[in-house]
Amino acid sequence: MWQYEKKLQYPVKIKNPNPKYAQIIISQYGGPDGELGASMRYLTQRYSMPYDDAKGLLTDIGTEELAHLEMICAMVHQLTKNLTPEEIKASGFDKYFVDHTAAVYPIAASSLPWRAEYIQAKGDILADLHEDLAAEQKARVTYDNLLRLIDDPDILDPLKFLRERELVHYQRFGEVLRNTTERLNCKNFYAFNPSFDKNCKK
Amino acid sequence: MQDKRTLRRKIYEIDFAIHELVLYLDTNPKCQKGLALLDKFRSLRAEAVKEYEQRFGKYILTPKDAGDGARWNWIDSPWPWEKEFMED
Repeated sequence: MWQYEKKLQYPVKIKNPNPKYAQIIISQYGGPDGELGASMRYLTQRYSMPYDDAKGLLTDIGTEELAHLEMICAMVHQLTKNLTPEEIKASGFDKYFVDHTAAVYPIAASSLPWRAEYIQAKGDILADLHEDLAAEQKARVTYDNLLRLIDDPDILDPLKFLRERELVHYQRFGEVLRNTTERLNCKNFYAFNPSFDKNCKK
Repeated sequence: MQDKRTLRRKIYEIDFAIHELVLYLDTNPKCQKGLALLDKFRSLRAEAVKEYEQRFGKYILTPKDAGDGARWNWIDSPWPWEKEFMED
């Protein structure tokens, strides 16, 4: 189970609302490489993991990703507060506003709503860990792109923190992959699937 | 002496260090240096929370910490996604 902690993992305090920035940052909530997908991917994959380090890491990183989507939502929320109808129209935020007002709904910057197709749970530790490593890199690139497009230090600061977390997660998933390949038959670790072929566990 | 906001931020920073060590220990469970660091940050956290509570009252992080007064204060604003949260 989970219990909420009443704090953000890293503070978000944005002085100037900016609906244009909100419309691109929201991709890290509901976009193809966003934090919602990251959390669902890891928390879904963990059930078929054969090894304790993989079960533990997917649980703990999957939980941290929930804290990250909370930070992204906090940014979108603060960037879209107290807007006038003129600001909404001028910024192009009107197309979002008509369906969601100033609520925070999981969509990509291109307006496509979040889809479960963004994630996979293959039931094979090698396949799943490689997806996770790729996912962290794709999320890192998305943060790089946001950092290129935004020039408000109040926004850049938490975005840089989140970008760093992608690097740390990539490192940790790499360690589970290394531990896994060391446990498997080094001559041919693709020959069996340890979450399915129980006898191959050792 | 640190003000309430600074002290609260210090607890958040210690929590982050602990979380970072948790991920590290997930994949390096026998690392003695990592385990010792976790001990160190857990003591630092206990000290910081103790100082906070002596000076500013109960440190409320989860619902388990809330509600020892005349009313249920868990619901009190600001909530973390509001920009006033870090000013409280």
